[in-house]
Amino acid sequence: MKLMTMARTKRVFTLLLRVLALGATFAAAVVMATSHEKANMFGVRFEAKFSHTPAFKYFLIANVVGSVYSFLVLFLPAENLLWRLVSALDVVMTLVLTSGVSAALAIAYVGKKGNSHAGWLPICGPVENYCHHVGGALASGFIGVLIYMILLLYSIQTNLKTQLV
Amino acid sequence: MAKKPKVWVVPVLRVVAFFATVAAAIVMALNKQTKTMVVATIGSTPIKATLTAKFQHTPAFVFFVIANAIAGVHNLFALAVEFFRKKFNFKGLRLLIIVPILDMMIVALVSAGVSSAAFMGELGRNGNSHARWNKICDKFDTFCDHGSGAIIASLVGLLLLMIINVISILNLRKLNPIDRSVVP
Repeated sequence: MKLMTMARTKRVFTLLLRVLALGATFAAAVVMATSHEKANMFGVRFEAKFSHTPAFKYFLIANVVGSVYSFLVLFLPAENLLWRLVSALDVVMTLVLTSGVSAALAIAYVGKKGNSHAGWLPICGPVENYCHHVGGALASGFIGVLIYMILLLYSIQTNLKTQLV
Repeated sequence: MAKKPKVWVVPVLRVVAFFATVAAAIVMALNKQTKTMVVATIGSTPIKATLTAKFQHTPAFVFFVIANAIAGVHNLFALAVEFFRKKFNFKGLRLLIIVPILDMMIVALVSAGVSSAAFMGELGRNGNSHARWNKICDKFDTFCDHGSGAIIASLVGLLLLMIINVISILNLRKLNPIDRSVVP
């Protein structure tokens, strides 16, 4: 019977986390990219697209970068010297993903509730499906951020050979 | 010895980062501009309305202030740990490990605050023609300028926090290596 050594367990766990992170960020990017709705209300044409808002574009780019990075790291062979760089890049990726989610959330809040002080009306009335679509992308982005945070702690502990917890 | 000067790098950077994040929080918290504007004209009498732009109107700015305040408190706590390390040595080992972990979380929090405030500021500066949201920076220019200054200060604090985090983690390696010679 082949024993599961500690190193192998760690490797499997890391790979599993990274695959989950890849899935979450990729799903967020795809769902955001396909959000598009046209509506006609009282003769006024509303068209809602993710590319109208720079915050959503930034969210999309952040998640694309995150998923490409996850995908590339999956192929790194074990016990390579590059794993230390992966640890550092994990911090940077968590930062980028967090800021993307936060920016998109701020703009989506204005879109949903409006801002009466600035005279900005909410746009979720006519284009309700767009709002739900974007909400789904944001939720997926959040899950990606959470997985990345867990991954970050784990990768620093494993790759830099320090006992963090 | 050549190692002596390096002990002062992290505390100095932390002091600067503390001042940067606290300054950002304070500048944004005191961000307020009142302006009396002509809103409509009925007949020949212009109707004036006093409009105020405050940071509390926007949840993104509120989050920005809170995130930077938390980062400032964390920097103070980390400075205290750094200086009183000799006194609490029995607890010191665990505190020294908690500080980099908290640093990472604070870095993520501050980056989220900065980016949300920056995008809200961009929306205020340029408006959004597709959603029919008008820009507000042409009327409330001091408000926008102070906001931009606060965001830049927070970005500087964020950069310093990242550098401090990297240095702390690298210092941890010498302190607490995993014993790999023992088979679990």
